Amino acid sequence: MKPASFHYYRARSLQEALDLLSGAAANGKLLAGGQSLIPLMNLRLARPEALIDLNSIPGLSYIRSEGNKIAIGALTRHREMEFSELLAKELPLLAEAIPQIGHPAIRNRGTLGGSLAHADPAAELPCVLTALDARMVAAGPDGERVIRAEDFFTGFYATALADHEILKEVRIPLDRHPAGWSFVEFARRHGDFALAEASVLLFADGAGDRCTSARVVIGGSVEKPVRVQDVEKLIQDEISIRTQASSLAHVLRRVEQLTETEIRSSIAGRENPDYLCHLTGVLARRALESAMERWRKA
Amino acid sequence: MKAPDLVPVSLEVNGVRFEGDVEPRKTLADFLREELGFTGVNLGCEHGVCGACSVLLDGAVVRSCILLAVQADGCKITTIEGLAREEKLHPIQQAFLDHHALQCGFCTPGMVLAAVDLLKRSPHPTEIQIREALSGNLCMCTGYVNIVRAVSAAAERIQTAEKP
Ligand SMILES: Cc1cc2nc3c(=O)[nH]c(=O)nc-3n(C[C@H](O)[C@H](O)[C@H](O)COP(=O)(O)OP(=O)(O)OC[C@H]3O[C@@H](n4cnc5c(N)ncnc54)[C@H](O)[C@@H]3O)c2cc1C
Ligand code: FES
Ligand code: FES
Repeated sequence: MKPASFHYYRARSLQEALDLLSGAAANGKLLAGGQSLIPLMNLRLARPEALIDLNSIPGLSYIRSEGNKIAIGALTRHREMEFSELLAKELPLLAEAIPQIGHPAIRNRGTLGGSLAHADPAAELPCVLTALDARMVAAGPDGERVIRAEDFFTGFYATALADHEILKEVRIPLDRHPAGWSFVEFARRHGDFALAEASVLLFADGAGDRCTSARVVIGGSVEKPVRVQDVEKLIQDEISIRTQASSLAHVLRRVEQLTETEIRSSIAGRENPDYLCHLTGVLARRALESAMERWRKA
Repeated sequence: MKAPDLVPVSLEVNGVRFEGDVEPRKTLADFLREELGFTGVNLGCEHGVCGACSVLLDGAVVRSCILLAVQADGCKITTIEGLAREEKLHPIQQAFLDHHALQCGFCTPGMVLAAVDLLKRSPHPTEIQIREALSGNLCMCTGYVNIVRAVSAAAERIQTAEKP
């Protein structure tokens, strides 16, 4: 239960880390919070030749409001996001998901960038940031590029980041404040990774009573965050703040069924696919119910 | 592969400064136990799940089995050995004693340090907050009822003690 030997590099700037990644430590791995990487190394599931520690790079940890977006540095710890008033006010969906990541001791170290680059299908942040249409800023030897969340997660623990790239910042657009939102997950034990999770955002028209668009993203049971667009369309067509209880119940049932149908092919190959499909449908329904409740209360 | 070079570290543990060279692969837990003798840092799972190895890193509770010693360079660490003041137990330790919140004591250092982190942020925690704060610390023998009671009693005791 100890890591195998490796060379350790403490990068003092992003440029130094990039240089190491395409030079001396080309077979190495970046080290952020270490909350995923070090357990894998202790279990010898990962044996990198070198680690490039990002923790001493100044200026990679921040949460800033920049006009019509929020920018968060890749080295920002989950705990800092959890206690950020700015996020609680501007991005309530994100704020709702963060306390569900692991336990306080994990959140004290784990970072936004590490969680996204690791791309555990059962992690909270990939699902929520896909719902929020976040943009990932990747720094590479030839400069920066911006990747949309939907293109960033490419599969099971896989992202669009190239080997020599470093995730530097996440930008979350603020152009539309949601009328309703909800993130729900189901885990076997408190603080565990989720078996399945659902993010729902509802946007309303100017008068605030018709749902003009929705974002519904599923995680956990699928290998990467999945937008269920048929469900989004159903919500947009059928839901307003005045939807009567009986027709709402009908829509909720259809949301559950449609989610199950849409994700069934992505779940194939997992153990207990019927259970996972059912669970995911139920969570999508519950997330919509709670998003509607918040909309009504506002 | 050639053995990697040792890396110099300088850190403060329980108020005392330590300097030395460590192998990069040494976890903070092993460094604290083997090099410095702080065996109150218990090792259970060694992959971040049980909480027995918890320490405070610059005041925040972290797991020392999934942190490298080289990463603690320049930091202040508190282990369970650093909580008592001379012969006087920390109020959380005293409350664990008073409320029978330990049997074998293996999980206790982690529980107490997680509670220190909680009470610093939330001096008046609800039972739900206490359970949430300790959710990552596993106890195999006492059960959690008395542990939760002890933390709640400690919170009250600290509040009363701090009143002028
Ligand atoms: C007991 C336990 C429970 C947990 N429960 C949950 C949970 O419920 N939900 C959840 O989401 N997570 C959970 N985690 C994981 C935790 O959130 C991790 O912190 C997170 O997944 C990885 O972040 P990190 O900063 O620790 O990354 P590291 O472990 O340091 O790195 C992870 C990977 O990302 C790469 N990387 C890191 N930073 C960058 C970057 N800036 N650019 C490019 N690549 C980078 C690394 O090379 C590595 O491959 C848990 C962990 C533990 C130990
Ligand atoms: S020994 Fe570190 S968490 Fe279990
Ligand atoms: S007191 Fe024995 S494990 Fe908790």
